[in-house]
Amino acid sequence: MEGELAHIGAGLAAIGSGAAAIGVGHVAGNFLSGALRNPSAAPGQTAMLFIGIAFAEALGIFAFLVALLLMFAV
Amino acid sequence: MASDAQGESGGLVFHPMDQFIVKPLFGDGPVGMFTITNVTFWMALTILTVVLLLVVGSSGRSIIPSRAQSVAELAYGFIRKMVEDVAGKDALPFFPYIMTLFMFIVVANFLGLIPLAFTTTSHFAVSVVLALLVFITVTVVGFVKNGMAFLGLFWVSSAPLALRPVLAIIEVISYFVRPVSHSIRLAGNLMAGHAVIKVFAGFAAIAVVSPLSVAAIVAMYGLEILVSFIQAYVFTILTCVYLKDALHPSH
Amino acid sequence: MATDTQAGQEMPYQEELAGECVVDGYAVGMPQLCFDWWGNQIFWLAITLIVIFFVLSRIALPRIAAVLAERQGTITNDLAAAEDLKAKAVAAEEAYQKALVTARAEAQKIIDAAKEEIKADLNDAIAKADAEIAARAAEGEKTIAAIRSSALENVKAVAEDASKEIVAVMGGKADGKAISSAVATRMKG
Repeated sequence: MEGELAHIGAGLAAIGSGAAAIGVGHVAGNFLSGALRNPSAAPGQTAMLFIGIAFAEALGIFAFLVALLLMFAV
Repeated sequence: MASDAQGESGGLVFHPMDQFIVKPLFGDGPVGMFTITNVTFWMALTILTVVLLLVVGSSGRSIIPSRAQSVAELAYGFIRKMVEDVAGKDALPFFPYIMTLFMFIVVANFLGLIPLAFTTTSHFAVSVVLALLVFITVTVVGFVKNGMAFLGLFWVSSAPLALRPVLAIIEVISYFVRPVSHSIRLAGNLMAGHAVIKVFAGFAAIAVVSPLSVAAIVAMYGLEILVSFIQAYVFTILTCVYLKDALHPSH
Repeated sequence: MATDTQAGQEMPYQEELAGECVVDGYAVGMPQLCFDWWGNQIFWLAITLIVIFFVLSRIALPRIAAVLAERQGTITNDLAAAEDLKAKAVAAEEAYQKALVTARAEAQKIIDAAKEEIKADLNDAIAKADAEIAARAAEGEKTIAAIRSSALENVKAVAEDASKEIVAVMGGKADGKAISSAVATRMKG
C-alpha cells in the first residue's frame, strides 16, 4: 500500500516539472520581448537569460528528483 | 520490483536507472574506494579527450589554426571572456580552475551521450564534489580577500533597516542553498535526460508505439546535446557569479 | 513495488536498505544515492580534476595564450607593415605625379626650344634664299641689260651699215656723220 501511495506522490511531484516549464517559458518569453524592444542590448544579456533559465529549471529538477526518490528510493 | 514485473510482461526489459550503476571494470568484486570501475574508465576518457583537444590540438602553435586548434582557442576565449565579463578582471587567477571545471563537465556530458556510455556527471557524488569545491573556494576567497567585510554580503544595506535582519536570514539561507542547487541542477538535468531516453527506449519494445518512441528518443537526444552544453555553461557562469560575490561583496 | 514481488526477492530488497545497491544486475533505488559508491567516484573525480587542472594550467592554457598573443602580435605587425606600405605607395604616387609634371614641363620646354630653333633656321634659310634670289635676279637683269644694250649697238651698227650701203647704191656719197645722227634720231623716235 505504501508503494502505491509513493507512486501517487511521485506523479504529484512530477507536476512540479510542468511548473518549472512555465517558469522557463516566462523567462525566455520576457527576454525575447525585451530583446525585440531593444535588440542592441540583447547580446550582452544572454548570460543573464541562461542564469535565469537555470534557476527556474533547477526547481523543476528538484520536483523531478522528489518524484524519482518516491519511485525508486522509498 | 518494478523492473522485474515489467520485464516479465514483455514491455520494459531494463530499469531506466540501470545505466547509472557503478561496476568494477575487471571482475565482479565489491566497489571499494580504489577499485577500477566504469567511473575510472569514463573519467580517463574525459582526461584523454581534454588532452587531445587542448594539448594535442594546440601543439601546432600555428598562426593560422587547424580545426582542433581553433576549437581549443574558441573554448579558451569563451571561458576567459566569461570570467572577465562576469567575475571581473581580478578573477583571472582563477581562470585555470574555472576552465578545468568547464572542460571536465562539458566533455563528460558529451561523452555520456555516446550510447552505452556511463555519464559520470549524472552522479551526485561528482556534482556535489564539484559544487562544494566551488562553494569552499568562494567562501575562503571571500574571507581572505575581504576579511569580515565579506559578511556584508548578507547585510543588504540598500534595504530599510527594519527589513535587514529578515533579509540577512534569507541571504544566509540562499548562500548555503547554493551548493545544493548548483550540484543538483547539473546531476539532475543529466540524470533526467538519460532516464527519459531510457524510458522511451523501453517503450520501443512495444510494436505499436515503437516508431513514436524512436522519434521521441531522437528528439530527446537533440535536447540532451543542448542540455549537455548549457549545463556546463550554467555551472561555469554560476561559478563566476559566486566568485564575483566573493571578490566584490558589496551589492 | 515490494508488495508484488515473490518472497524470494523480499530478502535482497531488505538487504538493499542495509546498503546493497545492485540486485541481480538491476539497480535498487537510485544509483546516485548509493553511498557505497561515493568514495570510489570522489576518489577518481579528484584524480581526474587534478590531472586536468595540471594539464591545463601547465601546458594547454599558457600555450594557447602564447599562440593567441603571437597571432595578435602578428596581426598588429602586419597591420603596421600594411600601413607603412600604404604610406610608401602614397609617397611613390606623389613622386610619380611630381616627376610627371616636371617631365611634362621639360617636354614643353624642349618642344618650345625646338620650335624656336626651327623657326630661326627657317627664317635664316628664307632670308638666304631671298638674298640669293635677289642676287640672281640682279645678275639676270644686268645680263638682260647688257644683252639689250649690245643688241641696240648692233642694231645701230647694222642700221648705219645698211643706210650707208643703200646710200651708196643710190649713187650718193655716204656722209657717215649724217647717217649715224639720222639713225640715232630714228632709233630714238
